[in-house]
Amino acid sequence: MRLSDRASDLPESGIRKFFELAEARDDVISLGVGEPDFSAPWAARTAAIDSLERGKTSYTSNRGMAALRERIAAHHERYDQSYDPTDEVLVTTGASEAVDLAFRALVDPGDTVAVHEPTYISYGPGIELAGGEQLTVPTRAEDDFALTREALEASGAADADLLVCCYPNNPTGATMTEEEYAEVAAFCRDEDLRVIADEIYAALTYGADHASIATRPGMRERTVVVNGFSKAYAMTGLRLGYALGPSEAIDAMNRIHQYTMLSAPTTPQYAAIEALDRCDDEVQEMIDEYNRRRRLVVSRFNEMGLDTFEPGGAFYAFPDCGGDDEAFAEELLEAQGVAVVPGSVFGAGGEGHLRVSYATSMRELKEATDRIATFVENR
Amino acid sequence: MDAEREVLDVLARNAREDIDDIAAQTGLDADAVADAIDALEADNVVHGYQAVVDWDRVDEGKIRAVVEINVELDRETGYEQVADRIAKFPAVDALHLVSGDYDFAVEVLGETMQDVSRFISEQVAPMPEVTQTVTHYIMETYKDGGIRFEDGDDDDRLSVSP
Repeated sequence: MRLSDRASDLPESGIRKFFELAEARDDVISLGVGEPDFSAPWAARTAAIDSLERGKTSYTSNRGMAALRERIAAHHERYDQSYDPTDEVLVTTGASEAVDLAFRALVDPGDTVAVHEPTYISYGPGIELAGGEQLTVPTRAEDDFALTREALEASGAADADLLVCCYPNNPTGATMTEEEYAEVAAFCRDEDLRVIADEIYAALTYGADHASIATRPGMRERTVVVNGFSKAYAMTGLRLGYALGPSEAIDAMNRIHQYTMLSAPTTPQYAAIEALDRCDDEVQEMIDEYNRRRRLVVSRFNEMGLDTFEPGGAFYAFPDCGGDDEAFAEELLEAQGVAVVPGSVFGAGGEGHLRVSYATSMRELKEATDRIATFVENR
Repeated sequence: MDAEREVLDVLARNAREDIDDIAAQTGLDADAVADAIDALEADNVVHGYQAVVDWDRVDEGKIRAVVEINVELDRETGYEQVADRIAKFPAVDALHLVSGDYDFAVEVLGETMQDVSRFISEQVAPMPEVTQTVTHYIMETYKDGGIRFEDGDDDDRLSVSP
């Protein structure tokens, strides 16, 4: 069948190759997984089951159930983000849909979208599908992969129309402080950039509260915040996310959403209400456990001589492997049966690094880091 | 969170963590971890370290029972004195004073059901303060010490994902 040029031109994800290599073996400990190893809190799961038993299987409002939007708005007060649940919140099928809708609602053909890298792999294709062009803003290991005004200026982002910000960051685990955001926000105001802030890992920060670019002065009106239930509530497979933003942006996104998705799936919306009402303690337990693993993994990599900065969020460490990251990852898998993802898969600035997910049990993390230490010694 | 609490949280999940790993997980140095463990033990916060055992999987395993015990107290004898006497029996694995319909919940371990029955009828029931016992044999244990007893590896996530 003849395919559209648009579809044909989309590149294969660089992660695919490592997935296939890892799948070909059955003795692999994987530190390559980008989702929690916990299951969704049991209370949230029972709420989903209960909704099915009560026959709640019809569509919801396009924007998502009002009861859920109210709770989402209330939940975001903890990040000093204030949004009206009636017209500034849109519930989507995963945060991925929210990102896609934001691109389609905010990008005109020929627009330039600045994206800091290394970062999550879906923005480039999303921009391309919306007819825009990506401008890459490399972040640097010496800045602990934070986005700086200097990096934005050096890459020509002043001419861009939009900026994508993803902190806490996948793959680096980097976070941004309010001070760091202040200079990025000033740049966005000076150069009239709108922002899509993917904050899916906002709940998973260690030692410091999550900071959002949307709460810097003058930024709320030019920012769409994307978040969801996948990471904090371990609900990846339930596919539920949302966008928060000024009503004209959310209206525009909802116009597309109503034709393409109609509404986010109903069952997960019931689970999400329960998650927001009753699952803070379970989320905190997950955060505490991730934090213990994070410290262990970072200290073990530094001990074995792979320089690793202290990641402030998400569940990734980003050690410097001192050379060709793809070769390192392939040889490590071959020699020791440990899967990690080469940093270069995540774009400029990721080369020479490895994304190490610590969303796996402490026992496996210890075994995997022991094997990596052996590999590094013998290499 | 103070150092002792952080160390306690790690030990409560896995008492076999070595000091260096606890230090790595908590961000404390190894000496501070050792001091915290010493303090927890000295203050009787940590009374011991044990394996969580699924006795059903052990050849010649053990029988467990939960025994409800009601007691009658008098001027000279309070719960503390009765508890002290019950706790001294090696067959008593755990002993709790509880609210509700009975006074003590006792977890008893024995080699056989007869062992446990004999222990209750010959040692516990005859105690002058004990007015009633109800023994519940544990048929199956699904979770103990916060650990779900199952065969385990049901991680069905993709091995590598973005």
